[in-house]
Amino acid sequence: MVSIVAKVSKEDLEMVAVLSRLEVPEQDKEKHLRQLDSFLQYVDNLSKVDTDQVEPLAHVLPIHNVFREDEVRPSLDRELALSNAPLKEDGYFKVPKILED
Amino acid sequence: MKYEAVIGLEIHSELKTNTKIFCGCATTFGAEQNTHVCPVCLGLPGVLPVVNRRVVEFAIKAGIALNCTINKFSKFDRKNYYYPDLPKNFQTSQYDLPIAEHGYVDIETEQGKKRIRITRIHMEEDAGKLVHSGTTIKDSAASNVDYNRTGVPLIEIVSEPDMSTPQEARAYMEKIKSILEYIDVSNCRMEEGNLRADLNISLRPAGTKELGTKAEMKNINSFKAVEDALTYEIERQEEILEDGGHIVQETRTWDPNRGVTLSMRTKETAQDYRYMPEPDLVPIITTDEEIEAYRKGLPELPDARQARLEEKFGLSSYDAGIITSSRDMAEYFDAVVAEGADPKLAANWMMGDLSKNLNSEGKEIKDSPVDAKRLGKMIQLIEKGTISSKIGKEVFKTMWESPDDPEKIIKDKGLVQITDTKEIEAIVDSVIAANPKPVADYKSGNKKAIGALVGQIMKQTRGKANPQLVNQLLAQKLDQ
Amino acid sequence: MRLYNKPAHELHDLLAKKEISSVELTKDVLARLDETENKIQAYIDVTRETALQEAEKADKKIAAGEAISYFEGIPGAIKDNICTKGVKTTCASRMLENFVPPYNATVMEKLQAERPVILGKANMDEFAMGGSTENSAFHPTHNPWNADCVPGGSSGGSAAAVAAGSAIWALGSDTGGSIRQPASFCGVVGMKPTYGRVSRYGLVAFASSLDQIGPLTRDVTDCAHLLQTIAGNDKYDSTSSASEVPDYTISLVEDVKGLKIGIPKEFFVKGMDAEVETAVRDAIRKLESLGANVQEISLPHTEYAISVYYLIAPAEAATNLERYDGVSYGARVDGVDVVDMMTKTRSEKFGEEVKRRILIGNYALSAGYYDAYYLKALKVRRLIKEDYDKAFGQVDVIVTPTAPTPAYKIGEMSNDPLKMYLQDIYTVPLNLAGLPGISLPCGYSSQKLPIGLQIIGKPLDEATVLRTAYTYEQSQSFHKEMAEVKA
Repeated sequence: MVSIVAKVSKEDLEMVAVLSRLEVPEQDKEKHLRQLDSFLQYVDNLSKVDTDQVEPLAHVLPIHNVFREDEVRPSLDRELALSNAPLKEDGYFKVPKILED
Repeated sequence: MKYEAVIGLEIHSELKTNTKIFCGCATTFGAEQNTHVCPVCLGLPGVLPVVNRRVVEFAIKAGIALNCTINKFSKFDRKNYYYPDLPKNFQTSQYDLPIAEHGYVDIETEQGKKRIRITRIHMEEDAGKLVHSGTTIKDSAASNVDYNRTGVPLIEIVSEPDMSTPQEARAYMEKIKSILEYIDVSNCRMEEGNLRADLNISLRPAGTKELGTKAEMKNINSFKAVEDALTYEIERQEEILEDGGHIVQETRTWDPNRGVTLSMRTKETAQDYRYMPEPDLVPIITTDEEIEAYRKGLPELPDARQARLEEKFGLSSYDAGIITSSRDMAEYFDAVVAEGADPKLAANWMMGDLSKNLNSEGKEIKDSPVDAKRLGKMIQLIEKGTISSKIGKEVFKTMWESPDDPEKIIKDKGLVQITDTKEIEAIVDSVIAANPKPVADYKSGNKKAIGALVGQIMKQTRGKANPQLVNQLLAQKLDQ
Repeated sequence: MRLYNKPAHELHDLLAKKEISSVELTKDVLARLDETENKIQAYIDVTRETALQEAEKADKKIAAGEAISYFEGIPGAIKDNICTKGVKTTCASRMLENFVPPYNATVMEKLQAERPVILGKANMDEFAMGGSTENSAFHPTHNPWNADCVPGGSSGGSAAAVAAGSAIWALGSDTGGSIRQPASFCGVVGMKPTYGRVSRYGLVAFASSLDQIGPLTRDVTDCAHLLQTIAGNDKYDSTSSASEVPDYTISLVEDVKGLKIGIPKEFFVKGMDAEVETAVRDAIRKLESLGANVQEISLPHTEYAISVYYLIAPAEAATNLERYDGVSYGARVDGVDVVDMMTKTRSEKFGEEVKRRILIGNYALSAGYYDAYYLKALKVRRLIKEDYDKAFGQVDVIVTPTAPTPAYKIGEMSNDPLKMYLQDIYTVPLNLAGLPGISLPCGYSSQKLPIGLQIIGKPLDEATVLRTAYTYEQSQSFHKEMAEVKA
């Protein structure tokens, strides 16, 4: 098996940070890269395992077709629904300016 | 250079279930903001989704109706992207094992029938709605979020890029709407956003195979906008290419007021949805028997129905196509015919006076004041000669305003056609006597002069005289 | 008479016989809490007033001569990632510092049907990410056996409260060992049920395909009863098992005659802590002397479990934690636009370990690396599960250490995340394979720190796990010892 380990580039880290909606301060990037690298080096032991004929396992349960009936249940009282909102207005959740991307 | 357009559609259709896809909140349109929400659709910490059985049923029905293969093993996945109308910042959708794949629909084009392939149909949850404080999203200092629509069930129907004109794209979307209505899985109220399309369009030199760079226009929710946006976009791309430029792969928005598409992108960030299996839901397994049972339970679909009307009743392909374009219309037609009316007359009346009246009042056929029974009866009265077609129009107009049967209207208004030869003869004689000039003109060779005499007779009988008889008797007398 | 040091079954009998009152008991446990809490810090929030009200209700019922349920009037703690309606549920995170759920977790509904006294919300590693409870945004919890040591984690508050006597019982959650490892470190009994045995509805998700809620108690008897209370199918959790819940109290018998016990050779390797190995081997010999048949088995993919776990769990966590964005609940840090607001909120309100795992998870899920990492991990996960399927063709239960070492010093591991992850080697395979496992005390280190024995069962066979554990427990007296918590 070919080793899957990749050295994480600074660009990779920055891309993942954007995907994660996290800021990684410039001075912490080295540390994160080091930790990610050593982590990826460790998990590279998986490349020793031949999985060509193996199906991925996302569910351990032998369960399928779990449904609910199409019956209306009471919704939350709006005050309660909004009770944890950082900012609300006229029964809405309020968010700052949205720039499309 | 001549270019050809390559167009593909992703149609999102809200399903007409009572409740949302993963929770028991009602899906009713138009409720006050944030009143149809619960911990599950608000994506609160700790909540779990449970699939609404009816969503799966409707999606399978749609799959069968659109000639798809139903995947016997299907699952949900998470599609991750941040947006404030998406409470979990991932949409529970389907990725590699959608409920249905590999279908098609046939559309009518100027060159005849054309098959549009359907790549896949998958189930997913709708997002919430953003209300902006300014006129557009960009000039708003803040936005308000309403999560009532969050979790309303959707199917997304993805086509292959098989369309090459805006008209084909429109016909395709109309066909999808019609089929979804027939199988009764969506209200398809486009003004409520029940049915909306993302349009993908690229150009390539005519006759070549390689695809050009595409632009995407999201959330187009009227047939006209589909056609207009694509027409504009073809022109825009053509101009760029002709000037030697390159098309930017991007999402654009259609501004119906200005009739232009606009770039939505302010910065180039690659989308990476990081799909992963939804660990909170279990797979959906559908057996052959279940699929067969769904197939049997489906109503007659538009294509089959159109073929039936053409073969059984001899309707033209055009007429049959219009009659079967909506299930309500087709059922109305069947009911008129069941009443005993001649099918061709039924089609003419439906496409004529009935449609005109419905359109002018903005009514749907199922809300028509003249039901199929009364129209059927009236057409029969015309067939029997009790009234003329012309009187029929008057009777129809009266029926539109009153609940009376056509027989009663005819009787009350004395509209029964005069078919008594003697009675008509007397009127013909008196008109000939009172109008020497047209009579003379006719006799001197101006055959058209007879029209004035017919007009006089019809006026005197208030249109009730059988026109064939009038013509026949008049000619007889004048030619004597 | 002090009461905090007794297990629930003894207290239940005393209550039923009216020898004590629930208010008396609750006050004694609260007094113990006051004696120990400044040192242990097991709780995030103590709900004294409602606890005493609940105790009064129980007393009224007892006075009226009504029968009471097993946990009625007996005080316990709830890990702070289990949603409690109207009571703050923080996940030990600044992100949810003020979050008050408008709904109850299903386990809370089931528990409250028995009307216990809820003392408060127990400390934990932030969003259950960690093995030491040092990752709580509010304060670390200390090990009652030695306050310089960690209590384990992430359910460190729950385990420490039960060990210190500031709760009689507690609920925890276990994603990779978060109930069993702190139980081991604190010398109490902790069980992770089969995936699907207990509803996850209302458990704030860390890694959805691995998370399970379970009991932390003084002994196996209480563990069986608490599991009985919370287990069962839930229509709000699609992944909950529909199979019937057996009567676990039937398992409370001393009987391992003919029981086939497997000892995985891959779990006993060179370099493992000698005191742990001795204690566990002694326990195995004890079970053998009680009539069990012990045999060596092989779980060949064990060495990959940590890699698989630390790819799958962060990937699931990365998506589960996307919802914390400052929009409709939780903390918000203002920004110039919505993206800025979300990014600032998440950067400032998540702790370091949470952010680290989100970055790992999104890296493993991102377009270029999905197949190499996440998909690969899912495939090896199947091989790990198949190892256990094969082993359970030969044996009834598998016995192992719970953790490779006894509790370590606070701060000892915090600078080396990978070293910390490797501590989970004995516990994560069960989560990956969805199996039930219990940890119960089987000895002490020379430093008088508890050592835990892990017993692993077949899917949904908690009964055999409990019977094995009960038989071993009754053969010794570790469960009767409590940490002193020196002032």
